[in-house]
Amino acid sequence: MTALAPHTNAPTTPGDAERSLERLGELRARMSPVPRRGRTAREPSGWSVNLWRVGTVVAIFALWEIGVRVGIINAFFWSQPSQVWRTAVVSFQNGDILANARYTFASTVAGFVIGVVAGVAIGLSFWWSRRYALVAEPLVIAFEAMPKLALAPIVVLVLGIGIESKIAMATALVIVIQVLNTYSAVRAVDTDLTTLLSSLGASRWQVFVKVVVPSILPSVASSLRVAIGLALSGAVVGEYIGSREGLGRMIQYAGSTYDIALIWVGVFTLALLSAILYLVVAWLEKRLLKGTHSA
Amino acid sequence: MSLTQTELPAAPSADSTQLAVEGVSRRFVRRDGGATDALVNANLTVGHGEFISLIGPSGCGKSTLFNMIAGLDVPTQGRIMIDGIDRSGQQGLVGYMLQKDLLLPWRTVLENVVLGLEISGVAKKAAHAIARPLLTTYGLGEFVDRYPSQLSGGMKQRAALLRTILFNRDIILLDEPFGALDAQTREHMQEWLLDLWDDFKKTVLFVTHDIDEAIYLSDRVFVMSARPGRIVAEIPVSLERPRHPSIVTSDEFIRIKTQARAYLNGAHAIPKEER
Repeated sequence: MTALAPHTNAPTTPGDAERSLERLGELRARMSPVPRRGRTAREPSGWSVNLWRVGTVVAIFALWEIGVRVGIINAFFWSQPSQVWRTAVVSFQNGDILANARYTFASTVAGFVIGVVAGVAIGLSFWWSRRYALVAEPLVIAFEAMPKLALAPIVVLVLGIGIESKIAMATALVIVIQVLNTYSAVRAVDTDLTTLLSSLGASRWQVFVKVVVPSILPSVASSLRVAIGLALSGAVVGEYIGSREGLGRMIQYAGSTYDIALIWVGVFTLALLSAILYLVVAWLEKRLLKGTHSA
Repeated sequence: MSLTQTELPAAPSADSTQLAVEGVSRRFVRRDGGATDALVNANLTVGHGEFISLIGPSGCGKSTLFNMIAGLDVPTQGRIMIDGIDRSGQQGLVGYMLQKDLLLPWRTVLENVVLGLEISGVAKKAAHAIARPLLTTYGLGEFVDRYPSQLSGGMKQRAALLRTILFNRDIILLDEPFGALDAQTREHMQEWLLDLWDDFKKTVLFVTHDIDEAIYLSDRVFVMSARPGRIVAEIPVSLERPRHPSIVTSDEFIRIKTQARAYLNGAHAIPKEER
């Protein structure tokens, strides 16, 4: 009997096990004889899903517009869809939107590319020396812990209100994530594979090129989507602090002149820009991963 | 080396030593200062074109021995001689295949198989030209451009074995290459390996847990014991070649198997006696 409950502190008396068996028997008797049939989930058809999606968005805007017209929502603070639309048409026609979007796009992409390339290069460099990696790791983590957006005023002061400070902000946000991500991928490289290469007489450089770099590619590729979002945030915050152009500056300017409709135009344009960048990067990721695993 | 082989192409002879493991020991010092003897005073010689097997319980130092022959580890004592020259700690002189197939997942079968040649500095095009016909001959023809994830376990092992052979060294070390395969695939692979061995005239060192496999494939079988790892017996296998799979039921096979079993059981018993 004691062998049945070796880990309990309470002493078990003979008969406890019998009682448990009895109890199980009772429970068994109470179970319904026919198992309940699980609901089989049917995949909803594509067009109905899309209809619901569009419908939800239309409903939100409609409620907003109605809310303003009946006076529940204060148009001074929230503006209204019809007003936003008129503002959008005007700023599109006078070229404001396109020029600002192009500026933000340029700094985002530049920061993204610099951040990813430099971050991956630094992360990869940790493979070469264990000592160097051990020294650098806490420094990188400390930089990661620092809220980099808080550095924006210094960055703008040092680099000026031109595009350089926006690129620097975008880069700063992207690079640390890339370093840490690449480094953890480097540490996850299968040591049996590197051993195999050594047994074939490969040099360190050959091991690096033929095993380490291809091994980390999937994890770099999957980090790109996060990186593009970070780059955009960095660029916009840089524009908030001080800039002559860009969607961030447009939004900031609209806020200071109580042009709420223009803020919305800026925000929606940013969302659109972000979506486009995301799609491009997702496509890039697919291309990068092609052939790295099963094709 | 090539002389003796061309004169005696059919029967691989052990008249000239290709690999000699001379008094090799390996001691691992632990962090707490204690030491583990993975291998103690191992001696063995393997002739040109010979096929030998090592069997023994896990922890008998088979992999340690292989790592030292491959130059990935250095003996604490003794030396590894290849063609009469001390090659202890030198990598890239023997083909080494581990139980895991270790095919690079981002390379096709063809690109994987030429890895050894590529590292030795052979141009990609030339390497592919060498590998393609061999892949076709040895049953991988239709998988040339597939990725490892699209292959069965047996096909992956075939690719890994061909890679080892295409590395173009005289000695190849096979560490439980068929350990993870099902019995039927395993039997196919054994025959396939004997075909390859026949065609390429390699010197093969084979590690396995399977006594039948060891006897069926080898010219000689070495029995090892665990903790500390040492070689306790050498059993010559006098079965004629080429061998048919049905040979496993012959009297001679069973006699050798009984003998190997006795040594193996003894090998298991040794640690108790030492305590």
